[in-house]
Formats: sequence, C-alpha cells, structure tokens
Amino acid sequence: MNADDRALYGDITRKGLWENNTALVQLLGLCPLLAVSTSFVNAVSLSLATVLVMALSGGTVAALRTLIPHEIRIPVFILIIAALVTCLDLAFNAWLHDLYLVLGIFIPLIVTNCIVLARVEAFAAKNSPLAAAWDGAAMGIGLLWVLALLGSVRELVGAGTLFGGIDMVIPGAHALQVFGEHYRGLLIAILPPGAFIFLGLLVAARNAWVTRAQARATHPPAAAVSA
Amino acid sequence: MSEAADRPDADTAEPADAIEAPSAAGSALRAAALLGVFTVVFTALMALTQDATREPIRASVEARRLELIAQVLPRADYDNALLEDTVTLPVLPALGLTEPVTVHRARLGGAPVALVFEAQAPDGYSGAIRLLMALRADGTLAGVRVVAHRETPGLGDYIDPAKDRANPKWIAQFAGRDSSDGTRWTVRKDGGDFTYMTGATISARAVTRAAGRAAAALAPMSDVLFALPAGSSAEAAFR
Repeated sequence: MNADDRALYGDITRKGLWENNTALVQLLGLCPLLAVSTSFVNAVSLSLATVLVMALSGGTVAALRTLIPHEIRIPVFILIIAALVTCLDLAFNAWLHDLYLVLGIFIPLIVTNCIVLARVEAFAAKNSPLAAAWDGAAMGIGLLWVLALLGSVRELVGAGTLFGGIDMVIPGAHALQVFGEHYRGLLIAILPPGAFIFLGLLVAARNAWVTRAQARATHPPAAAVSA
Repeated sequence: MSEAADRPDADTAEPADAIEAPSAAGSALRAAALLGVFTVVFTALMALTQDATREPIRASVEARRLELIAQVLPRADYDNALLEDTVTLPVLPALGLTEPVTVHRARLGGAPVALVFEAQAPDGYSGAIRLLMALRADGTLAGVRVVAHRETPGLGDYIDPAKDRANPKWIAQFAGRDSSDGTRWTVRKDGGDFTYMTGATISARAVTRAAGRAAAALAPMSDVLFALPAGSSAEAAFR
C-alpha cells in the first residue's frame, strides 16, 4: 500500500467515523435506527448488519459501475441493495436464529435506510470496489458507535440495565442490573421521543466539541491560558 | 449534503451515454435490456441463497419449537419425533381457536405419554391469550405456558413465567392437575382451586378456565387420538 492509498483510506475512515458521521453529521437513515436503539444489544446487532450491507453493496456497485447506464442507476442500486439484504436476512434466519427472532422485522428495513443508497450513489458509483467497500464499512461503523452509545444510554435510563438480551447473542451471558432490582425505569427513554432527545444531546455535544477544537486552533493555547 | 469535498476520486467513470451518444430509442432499449440482465442475475443470487439456507432455517424453526414444548413436557419424557407425530383436530369451541389445531403426540418406547397442543383463552383483560398445553395420557396436565398475550405489563402479565416475579411461578400450579377428578378450573375468588394475584384476576381466570375447558375436552379423546395414523385428521372422532 503506497502513501497515496494510505492517505485515501485514512481519509475515508476519518470521514466515516467522525467528520461526516452518518448519525451525528449527515443525520441520514435515522428512522429504522432510532427504532432499534432501545438497547445496546439491539443497536449493535442491527448496526453490524448495516455495516455488512453497506460494505457489500458499496463493493458490488463499484465493481459493476462501468456496466450500469447512468439513467437507470437508481433502480439498479436498489435492486443490488435489496438482493443483498434478502440474502443477509436468509443467512441470519438460518445461522443466527435467536437473533433473527429479535431483529427479523428490522433487517428488511435496511433496504429503506437511505444512508445505504446515499453512499452507493455518492461514493461507490465513482470509486474502486475496495475503496467503496471500505467507505461503506467506515460509514457503517460510524453509525455503529453512535447507536451503541445511544442504545446504552436509553437502556440505562429507561430500564436500568445494560446489555439486556445479550443471552440471545452469547448464550449464558447476563444483563447488568446497574441500578438494582427496584429501579422502575424512565419509560420515555425507551419510547421514540427518548431516541430524539438523546440523539439531539449527542449532536449538541459533538458540535460543542468541534467548536471548541476550532476555537483552540485559531487562538494559540498560550493566549487562552493568559486570558 | 456536500459530496464534492467528500470524494477522494480513485477514478471517475463517465456516464455510458456521454461516451456513446446513441439514438434515444437505442439508448432506452439498451438500458431496459441491462436492467433485465441485472434483475435476472440478482434474482438468481437470491434463489441460490434461499436454496442454501432452506435446510438450516427449517432446523432452527424445529429446534425453537421443541425448546418451547420442553417447557410444558420434559424432553426425557418422550423419545419419538414429536414434530412429525401429529394429528389435526377440527375447530373445537373448547380450544377457543378458530383454526384447526395440530396435536403433537409424545410417546416413550411407543407407549402414549402426552398430547401437546395449543389452545386460546378468548377473554383475557386485553384480548385473547394463547396457550401451549401438554396433557398426559392419564388425564393430568404436564404443563401450561402462555405463548402470546397482551395483558397489562406489571399487572396481568404474571401469567407469562418470563414476567412473573413470584417463586414458584404462578403458571406452575397447572402441572399435575387432573382433568377428571373434580378440580374446579377457575380462580379461588370464584370458588375455584387456582390462586391469582389481587388486582389482576381477569388474566388468571381466563387462563385457568381455558386450560380446564381444553383439558376436559381432549382427555376423554386421548386413546382415540393416539390410535390415529400420523398426519391424519381427527375430524371423524369428534363428529
């Protein structure tokens, strides 16, 4: 891997995870994702499936991009994404059945998640398959960490537990009762408004961070200390 | 969303029509043909995946079903292929379901052990409560489980052992009850033999009565049902 490539992949990774984060900056494809971020396990499981679909669809579209006529590219992209999601849905049903019973109704929703189509259209259609697969994975992982955080906070506030339902993924593992048996839970955190409230707080926190970093870059730290 | 800045361009593919610039009709036909090709290729991919996953999916669904049945009838109690050894019951008012019910017949060394079937209580606090029951050949219940319900969370949902905080679980009192010894199949409040939780009588009453009705209807038919060939319909026996 030469220096140019390293710069390219580093750039893709940085954009996916932070600078152009799907959930915090682009705010794309949130409806299915806010719906499943009620607990850490649900959020991470669906995000992992989304990472897989984004990497696969990015790679596939990039590999076929010279064959796809410009005017029918959108139906072809949707066809490719839908086919990949269907295959993934069947694979989950066959080999991760317990998880499928929980996520089963959400997996088909990945097709409607506009972030998948958005990355295919904006990036995969113009780049090499490897770069496009990497971009899909990086964007997906950017989504994953935000949703994992959102899921943990909502579960903690709403139910007082962490990792609830982990036994569906790792048999024998147990959820943590963080606030003890008698915590009644703050229901709104689990309900849809909770998703928007906590996402709003996360976006605000990121914006505050970025503003402070920019302020520090323009004013030398020495001046900040003396003031 | 500004994508211009977010494009480390490995190589930029020009749209195909910009290079060739064929007639409008030719270009449309070519696009249609290509769309057809893509559809065929990706449909084939989906068909292959479906074919490859059919067997594992069937196995998972079966394993899940056996796991559920194990909650009402211990696996050690039978040794036959429970999911294949079935008869179909006609629609019986006593079972509370509007569709024909499949009865699994558990046997140990060929001898009848228990009938496993679903029933429904139509009169839960918020709609029907679906039950899975195992009725031993001697007329006693091996167990009852609630498989679907919409009872009030934290109030009536103790009928579901996953939500029940009591020990022993409320639903456990069904095991060993006899359908023919005069057991009064309702809650103590109504003069029956079953406990309930104050403030949520309706859920317990619905489950108790439904279990009693179903057990009373099928226990006398047990011998007949075990004698039928596997996969057949028990319609004639209930006429």
